[in-house]
Amino acid sequence: MTAHSFALPVIIFTTFWGLVGIAGPWFVPKGPNRGVIITMLVATAVCCYLFWLIAILAQLNPLFGPQLKNETIWYVRFLWE
Amino acid sequence: MGSMFRSEEVALVQLFLPTAAAYTCVSRLGELGLVEFRDLNASVSAFQRRFVVDVRRCEELEKTFTFLQEEVRRAGLVLPPPKGRLPAPPPRDLLRIQEETERLAQELRDVRGNQQALRAQLHQLQLHAAVLRQGHEPQLAAAHTDGASERTPLLQAPGGPHQDLRVNFVAGAVEPHKAPALERLLWRACRGFLIASFRELEQPLEHPVTIGQKIRKITDCFHCHVFPFLQQEEARLGALQQLQQQSQELQEVLGETERFLSQVLGRVLQLLPPGQVQVHKMKAVYLALNQCSVSTTHKCLIAEAWCSVRDLPALQEALRDSSMEEGVSAVAHRIPCRDMPPTLIRTNRFTASFQGIVDAYGVGRYQEVNPAPYTIITFPFLFAVMFGDVGHGLLMFLFALAMVLAENRPAVKAAQNEIWQTFFRGRYLLLLMGLFSIYTGFIYNECFSRATSIFPSGWSVAAMANQSGWSDAFLAQHTMLTLDPNVTGVFLGPYPFGIDPIWSLAANHLSFLNSFKMKMSVILGVVHMAFGVVLGVFNHVHFGQRHRLLLETLPELTFLLGLFGYLVFLVIYKWLCVWAARAASAPSILIHFINMFLFSHSPSNRLLYPRQEVVQATLVVLALAMVPILLLGTPLHLLHRHRRRLRRRPADRQEENKAGLLDLPDASVNGWSSDEEKAGGLDDEEEAELVPSEVLMHQAIHTIEFCLGCVSNTASYLRLWALSLAHAQLSEVLWAMVMRIGLGLGREVGVAAVVLVPIFAAFAVMTVAILLVMEGLSAFLHALRLHWVEFQNKFYSGTGYKLSPFTFAATDD
Repeated sequence: MTAHSFALPVIIFTTFWGLVGIAGPWFVPKGPNRGVIITMLVATAVCCYLFWLIAILAQLNPLFGPQLKNETIWYVRFLWE
Repeated sequence: MGSMFRSEEVALVQLFLPTAAAYTCVSRLGELGLVEFRDLNASVSAFQRRFVVDVRRCEELEKTFTFLQEEVRRAGLVLPPPKGRLPAPPPRDLLRIQEETERLAQELRDVRGNQQALRAQLHQLQLHAAVLRQGHEPQLAAAHTDGASERTPLLQAPGGPHQDLRVNFVAGAVEPHKAPALERLLWRACRGFLIASFRELEQPLEHPVTIGQKIRKITDCFHCHVFPFLQQEEARLGALQQLQQQSQELQEVLGETERFLSQVLGRVLQLLPPGQVQVHKMKAVYLALNQCSVSTTHKCLIAEAWCSVRDLPALQEALRDSSMEEGVSAVAHRIPCRDMPPTLIRTNRFTASFQGIVDAYGVGRYQEVNPAPYTIITFPFLFAVMFGDVGHGLLMFLFALAMVLAENRPAVKAAQNEIWQTFFRGRYLLLLMGLFSIYTGFIYNECFSRATSIFPSGWSVAAMANQSGWSDAFLAQHTMLTLDPNVTGVFLGPYPFGIDPIWSLAANHLSFLNSFKMKMSVILGVVHMAFGVVLGVFNHVHFGQRHRLLLETLPELTFLLGLFGYLVFLVIYKWLCVWAARAASAPSILIHFINMFLFSHSPSNRLLYPRQEVVQATLVVLALAMVPILLLGTPLHLLHRHRRRLRRRPADRQEENKAGLLDLPDASVNGWSSDEEKAGGLDDEEEAELVPSEVLMHQAIHTIEFCLGCVSNTASYLRLWALSLAHAQLSEVLWAMVMRIGLGLGREVGVAAVVLVPIFAAFAVMTVAILLVMEGLSAFLHALRLHWVEFQNKFYSGTGYKLSPFTFAATDD
């Protein structure tokens, strides 16, 4: 329906998770739990970024498209587009 | 890094406790909970230890306490919990507590005994009175005996026409079910000369004088209570009055007794709770003292204990303070040890649950890398990959949030239900699991199995329809039509956040999703396992085994990444570089991967990139070359080093060492000492004992485990796909079978609204029961397995033991 660019989401999410995982640790206050909090931030950033990246890469060059019922086609065509 | 990275440093300390102050010192240490005592008298039986008499006294006291507690419970009272801090009392107080307790117990026993006796007496009197009252109206069948309802009076009826005969009366009471038997026996024994009358029977019979004795003996046999039954009515009346008076007095005495009993119980209630706590602590202190060895020359006890190095100053201060009161001084100093110290990892209430699930597999060895800080995030993440649904994740998150916000309420803490306690202890775990599930739910684009269009879809149906001439007539003829990404304008770009919502409308939804999720599982698995191997680097460096970096970690990483990292590379390459234009002849990764190992070639499967076969062959050969390095590298290195050391040392010292080792079999443990030396200082003696066959065997097992494990563990991560598929399908079925039918019923708003209430109730109950509880437990279990087996077997041995300090804390709760 709408054209989506690939570069823009990549830039946005890489920056976001990069801030969380790389810049975030510098701002954790000193205390007994500093190490654990930094580990958590980095691990969260890595896991969530990787998961999102896999999802968008899998859809980048689809080899086949969705198979729709004729009612759905009619509905989507005339009511959404 | 906080102390969760690896265990804190734990040292063996030797405590010198002068006999006068030993008790106070140990009691103080118990309050603080800093040290774990080692049993120095392990070879001595429990009955031969020094303080066995005191321990026995405490145990006797505890028995008395149990008796008192039982009495309190029998009286229907509840013991109040002990209030305030109650330190272990000094030994001289034990005597006082013992005396008081014994006195109370004795009083209680006496009072109870009196009460029973008085009650029995009262009962007898009441029975007698009832029998006498019955005698007044012998022919009345409906007379009731008060207070003796289980006994039937047995009386003789004075026969009217036989007044001239001498009649004796024997009156008593017998249990109803014995009455017929008694009557039969009496009749037979007295040869018919008997009037036996029960309340129900009214058969006047004859009865002569001489058989009174027989009747008495028989009634004794039947355990009847026999009472004197006077002939004259006035005498009987007099006897009745006397009985009534007696029973009244007795009842007053009984009342007094019961008042005294409740007084005694009141004193028990005051004494018992603090007494129990104190005696328990005292017994614990004596048991700890029993573990110390006695130094008779210095008149003090020597104890060995494990203590965290950080707590050593606190320990010394505690010893100083408590022994100062007695005027002596107790000291503690650190001694070197050969045994593996216990592991101590300090946690707070957030990290405790994650450390708990790691420890459930096995407590880490002393100072090896702790997987828990990473598990805090990766466990909820892998759970969420299998559970991904915004709605379900939100429900789980809110439930956990409610528990977290209410965690300080006393009602919540005091709950006894075990299942609730299990959920409550894991509230932070559930919180993170819910949070990550919301995120993965957005990526999977599933909210109670419905997709949401946060952004518009990237697939254009209109473009496909216009370009392929899909008129209404055409559509009516064909039920299913596929969008072709090759057609211009149909596919407009990847959905920026998650899976495109058009797929939830598609019939071939699963074809796409399966491919996506399987590849995702393999990628996540390879990354997780590679991370595990990398964590092993920290272990090797810390324990001073740098040779293992080159001879184990490097080959392992090469093997893993060369084969399965390459698979991940193929997956990503195909995603990026294979276009829809030649979709029909798209290369199959699976066939390429199989051919890679078989060194064969499928002509129909085109190459992904030029020179692919050369690259693949190189990688396989490289990986296979790593196997002998892994198998033989470390053993050969160790043997070489061992031989070099032996050569350097003079021969006679070598003899001495060997002889010394024969006496201490413990020193030559392969598991701890020979493989992993503690950095900075171990005797050469320990290394001298190196059995080549054992080292080779150990390494062979490790190699096979790693290489075969690589393959099977990578496949094992496919459970991420399997469970997320199951969850999605269950969710979908529930929606389609329950809610969709409910929403589709009735066109009028009124009907639909009424019908939806029970339908939604069913939907909600089944969502919680099947999808949240059952699927949640299932995903939890599988995420746990992935951590325990696939991740931890790359670097974690888990064969340590925890530092369990000597503490009274359990009794204070």
